Amino acid sequence: MTRINLTVDGQRVADDVEPRMLLVQYLREKLGKTGTVVGCDTSNCGACTVHLDGRSVKSCNVLAVQADGGEVTTIEGLAGEDGQLHPVQEAFRECHGLQCGYCTPGMIMQTVDLLAENPSPSEEAIRLGLEGNLCRCTGYHNIVRAVQHAAGTTGAAEGASA
Amino acid sequence: MIPAAFGYVAPTSVEEALAALAEHGDDAKIIAGGQSLLPVLRMRLNAPEWVIDLGRIASLRGVRDGGDHLAIGAMTTHHDVGQDPMVHEHALLISKAITHLADAQVRHRGTFGGALAHADPAGDLGAPALALDAIFVVQGPGGSREIPAADFFVDLFETAISDDEILTEIRVPKYGGWGASYEKFVRIAHQWPIVAVAASVRLEGDTIAEARIGLTNMGSTPVRARATEQMLAGQPATEEGVAAAAALAADGTTPPSDLNGDADYRRHLATVLTRRAVLAAAGRG
Repeated sequence: MTRINLTVDGQRVADDVEPRMLLVQYLREKLGKTGTVVGCDTSNCGACTVHLDGRSVKSCNVLAVQADGGEVTTIEGLAGEDGQLHPVQEAFRECHGLQCGYCTPGMIMQTVDLLAENPSPSEEAIRLGLEGNLCRCTGYHNIVRAVQHAAGTTGAAEGASA
Repeated sequence: MIPAAFGYVAPTSVEEALAALAEHGDDAKIIAGGQSLLPVLRMRLNAPEWVIDLGRIASLRGVRDGGDHLAIGAMTTHHDVGQDPMVHEHALLISKAITHLADAQVRHRGTFGGALAHADPAGDLGAPALALDAIFVVQGPGGSREIPAADFFVDLFETAISDDEILTEIRVPKYGGWGASYEKFVRIAHQWPIVAVAASVRLEGDTIAEARIGLTNMGSTPVRARATEQMLAGQPATEEGVAAAAALAADGTTPPSDLNGDADYRRHLATVLTRRAVLAAAGRG
């Protein structure tokens, strides 16, 4: 067992974990943060995306011990304390950027990272920025619209045809 | 799936890491960013008894101006290398290749040295490193030594790093003013390339003065397209000037055959992508 100390969604936590424990397992099974989901288990789909020290990572592809000393933000840490949705969460709801919703936590966490680096991305930059997140329902169109909506870059014509 | 159980050490200096490697030897695996290793451990394709994590060694991170070269710390993430203005100015080919490497999340964790030491012939960094004649600095019990890129890649997933050594730095000579392009052919997003071509060229007026070209996934290691490079020197930077040289790109290569395409198909792709890459590197794409 290895002792880890980290901050998850603003809360300090400390635990003894097996070195082989994945960060996503730690979040879900030790901390009960099941908002972060496991999709593919092969590090392809991005459903398990969280932020580690301010950058998006696939939490199925990080060991919990590698996150020792770090700061993790999950989908459960985005909304305000009063339940006010994060603007990106609000945009996904507004634009119906989901169907089954399984990929949504990862899509939203990756979108927050993308917009932090590039607040006004082109459609191509959005599609490239979400390259590591797979959605099997939507065909991505409404997801891209949701990101544009969150960024305030939705074109009038697109809005009319949506 | 989760990995088989292993012991874990996270040294904070290269010396400590070398000591851990000496102690655990064949039973140990080094983890850098882990973006290639962790999937392998989770699928239980490998089950080391010990994992030595280089993630706590601050001295292995960052890009430094070494005068006639850039010194890239082995543990610098792809994202940080890709965003570095010095890399953009002096080794544009590396910046270009990184924009095609995996996806944003993987680029935030994966490291420049880790990917090169992994030596996957379908990895996106080997061909640029080879084309730019990078120098690999490794540290072992007896001190440091330098390995030229041409000697670094030995075979599939095999490099010239000895079992008791750690890759610490990659030195890239400066190529200020050279154009560059990385042309990667994939069927789906964030796939490994079926074939990719890394090309950097120096123009004199409208003429290609020098060209450096590396091929990804055209053999068990990254390879140089030397016949193409030689023929390009002195050619006009036009479709006609480049086509004949690009047709030689696959000469002497032994590409794999798999579900994505057989060897002949890859040879064809290499010539097409080389033509596109050279023209794009020359600003004519």
